[in-house]
Amino acid sequence: MLAGSRPGVGKAATSRRLAPLCSPSPGKSKEAEIKRINKELANIRSKFKGDKALDGYSKKKYVCKLLFIFLLGHDIDFGHMEAVNLLSSNRYTEKQIGYLFISVLVNSNSELIRLINNAIKNDLASRNPTFMGLALHCIANVGSREMAEAFAGEVPKILVAGDTMDSVKQSAALCLLRLYRTSPDLVPMGDWTSRVVHLLNDQHLGVVTAATSLITTLAQKNPEEFKTSVSLAVSRLSRIVTSASTDLQDYTYYFVPAPWLSVKLLRLLQCYPPPEDPAVRGRLTECLETILNKAQEPPKSKKVQHSNAKNAVLFEAISLIIHHDSEPNLLVRACNQLGQFLQHRETNLRYLALESMCTLASSEFSHEAVKTHIDTVINALKTERDVSVRQRAVDLLYAMCDRSNAQQIVAEMLSYLETADYSIREEIVLKVAILAEKYAVDYAWYVDTILNLIRIAGDYVSEEVWYRVIQIVINRDDVQGYAAKTVFEALQAPACHENLVKVGGYILGEFGNLIAGDPRSSPLVQFNLLHSKFHLCSVPTRALLLSTYIKFVNLFPEVKPTIQDVLRGDSQLRNADVELQQRAVEYLRLSTVASTDILATVLEEMPPFPERESSILAKLKKKKGPSTVTDLEDTKRERSVDVNGGPEPAPASASAAVGPSPAVPACCDGLGNNLLLFCSLMFVCKNNGVLFENQLLQIGLKSEFRQNLGRMFIFYGNKTSTQFLNFTPTPVPRCGLDSLTRTHLNLQTKPVDPTVDGGAQVQQVVNIECVSDFTEAPVLNIQFRYGGTFQNVSVQLPITLNKFFQPTEMSSQDFFQRWKQLSNPQQEVQNIFKAKHPMDTEITKAKIIGFGSALLEEVDPNPANFVGAGIIHTKTSQTGCLLRLEPNLQAQMYRLTLRTSKETVSQRLCELLSQQF
Amino acid sequence: KKLAGRGSIRFILIQNRAGKTRLAKWYMQFDDDEKQKLIEEVHAVVTVRDAKHTNFVEFRNFKIIYRRYAGLYFCICVDVNDNNLAYLEAIHNFVEVLNEYFHNVCELDLVFNFYKVYTVVDEMFLAGEIRETSQTKVLKQLLMLQSLE
Repeated sequence: MLAGSRPGVGKAATSRRLAPLCSPSPGKSKEAEIKRINKELANIRSKFKGDKALDGYSKKKYVCKLLFIFLLGHDIDFGHMEAVNLLSSNRYTEKQIGYLFISVLVNSNSELIRLINNAIKNDLASRNPTFMGLALHCIANVGSREMAEAFAGEVPKILVAGDTMDSVKQSAALCLLRLYRTSPDLVPMGDWTSRVVHLLNDQHLGVVTAATSLITTLAQKNPEEFKTSVSLAVSRLSRIVTSASTDLQDYTYYFVPAPWLSVKLLRLLQCYPPPEDPAVRGRLTECLETILNKAQEPPKSKKVQHSNAKNAVLFEAISLIIHHDSEPNLLVRACNQLGQFLQHRETNLRYLALESMCTLASSEFSHEAVKTHIDTVINALKTERDVSVRQRAVDLLYAMCDRSNAQQIVAEMLSYLETADYSIREEIVLKVAILAEKYAVDYAWYVDTILNLIRIAGDYVSEEVWYRVIQIVINRDDVQGYAAKTVFEALQAPACHENLVKVGGYILGEFGNLIAGDPRSSPLVQFNLLHSKFHLCSVPTRALLLSTYIKFVNLFPEVKPTIQDVLRGDSQLRNADVELQQRAVEYLRLSTVASTDILATVLEEMPPFPERESSILAKLKKKKGPSTVTDLEDTKRERSVDVNGGPEPAPASASAAVGPSPAVPACCDGLGNNLLLFCSLMFVCKNNGVLFENQLLQIGLKSEFRQNLGRMFIFYGNKTSTQFLNFTPTPVPRCGLDSLTRTHLNLQTKPVDPTVDGGAQVQQVVNIECVSDFTEAPVLNIQFRYGGTFQNVSVQLPITLNKFFQPTEMSSQDFFQRWKQLSNPQQEVQNIFKAKHPMDTEITKAKIIGFGSALLEEVDPNPANFVGAGIIHTKTSQTGCLLRLEPNLQAQMYRLTLRTSKETVSQRLCELLSQQF
Repeated sequence: KKLAGRGSIRFILIQNRAGKTRLAKWYMQFDDDEKQKLIEEVHAVVTVRDAKHTNFVEFRNFKIIYRRYAGLYFCICVDVNDNNLAYLEAIHNFVEVLNEYFHNVCELDLVFNFYKVYTVVDEMFLAGEIRETSQTKVLKQLLMLQSLE
């Protein structure tokens, strides 16, 4: 068959008619074919338009030709009406061509559907099984909502009518299934449902085959209604599996009784839990045992069809056993059977065994049994020729991994990675990273593993993976020194992957001090090592390294001049890339003007990241699609609750208490939140402006405040020409350490449109209520997809306590009277600081007014001093505030004094205002 | 809990080695461009595989179960959790019926008798499900229909 030995000449009359159109000889050109086709199309068109009415036969002939031309890949824009006309013919061949034309071309012309409903109705009512079959097949093939509207009532009647022929029942069952899938709302359950269930008992196995598919789909959505199908399916299955190989005659396929029906019945049973009735349950267990037993019997035929059909049933039985997950005996037998297949000479069987074992690995009864096959699976990873088989082996190793074998499995995956196909490298990297984290007994092993990952497959290590290693190192202080030492050593390699430079740069920037005592890794050595990689790196990595350098300035004052020289170089200060240039300028300035204290604050070590779902796990799920990974992951997580966050709980921290939101995303920009805090200082005294900008996104602000309420308009501008997807900005209030439970600020907002077109701007309104005085400004977390990658931006929202300031005018006398009343030591906070900006009187005045207090002229006896007064409004209290700023031009210093009735308010306002001059 | 999936065929394709489609039967709504893309993608993934490979290949969110007969690839696209071997043998069962019906079938039979091939498909697969598996029953029905021509 199909061996190609026979000369290819059409036999039937139709074939000969079509032959000239089809040119199997490759010599003829495409143009010639088009020419021939156009000529034929013109001919057909003229026949259809001709004065002489065409008889049915000719009409069929030309419609058939049109269809043939369409199937050759040419557009057809006429002939639809002629096809519709054919439907009302009484001849089978004419009707068949008409229906075929419609089913094949329906996508191109859905107008057709309305025209044919009448013809279908007539055929359904014709009581002619051939015509009914054609009509039902047409409905099933088109399966549109219009079809469902017209026929969802009629088809069930045909299906359960006593006098319907078997072949029509088969078609009606599947036709109904199609309509139900298209429009479940139009197919209401009714009297017919119970009668449909009883089709499982039908004498005609073809009817049972079709009905089982229908019942399975209906039962998935309406399990209660179709519950009785369980016992019927079990008894039908039992009759099939216990029958002798010849009993079922027509339905025996290569000595296997009704394999497809058996598979369908086993799938139907997977819609339900194990049967409750002990008799039914016992019978089903017998069936499953029989199927497992048959797998051990010598084959009745050497043909692959025999073993395939037999194993199709076997694998479906195993699926059911896994689905029930209740019979340890069956689960272990299934596992042993699959174990045999792991070494079968048929690639198909090895593949399916690996795949099926993957689900067995998640059952508590068979997990251990699956683990015994680890060597075979590792061997498969090394020897299988088909990449998809190796892929299944990776999946299975991942599924069978637990604490007992994690080191071995991770090592094997890593060594496989060296030669793995490019198509699956990224996935393996993710899996190794997840396993290494999940089952890390000591974090040194974890760090080694990830660095190995980068060394072996750096190109496939996605951002999520290296973000994650940094999160873990930052959160676990017992591994920080080791991590610093290890990255330092890894960076010594003459050629190391850029991802290693990123991880190395980040970790040394945070924890380089932990190894700086060793002269071989002194600050200068560390810096020179990193800087030797700088020029080979891409812009984002260079940006990260610049942040590392400024962190070094704080960690190691001795290298400050060296770093300042680098920052001052033309290649930094005048870099064509805005981001690099800006960082160089700002960092240079920061290193020059900031006092040691300020440097230490701004460049403080990153706070621990809040614990949350691993970003790489999320990525793997996304990659594999939700259905395939979730089940497995859920069970994996259940089994390993204790290891998820590491052997001991991560330290609680201020930023971990972020509240109900998804928490601060990994802001892996070297400086993270501290940098952003620094940036938002400019908003203390003003309400509008650009809050944030990078290459993708610009965030603008407009805000207004009255008493304890405020409203902020946030504008998000997409700077690219590509859409942002899943755009979700979330403002989150943060609590200070003093109070983890009380909310100081209420923020209310509505989600914005998740899609931001290229060049477009969306607006978000945030309503703000200040409940009580607070220190921590809220954070705005923004997540979106740009191109293929997830972007996280987190910015501090400049909502500071002084925004709820109402100015109060008062006389000199009043001022000093109140000033004296607030003479308690707790009520006064004073700060003496160096001026960071030129000491300009007008600017200072503007800043005090911008800060929110009234500027009281001619109050202070010394006209060079500035005094202000106002009330901080919160929901729970009003706090009167007085302030006095005394500049000393000669020393370029200020003295700022705040007196309020509340210590925390004095403290915070003094901090905020001190930063402004 | 995992459900048994929708368990339906998304499309059936018969292609020759050069990528010419000899049958395309769709059980999902695709527009014409999408169909053309699918046809090309299937051809690309299937033809690079050799006899040592499995008869299954992951394809987008689905999988293709395919078997090669002489120069023709018979491909069925199903859900990832569908029964691979059942569909692999469904292909063979279908090919045996074609062979019987066209008396030793060859590629050109499928080309010139395309309308009959569609009838065979509808007898054996409908709405993306296996409708009839008995070769005897299918052939009897096909002969009856032929007698009406």
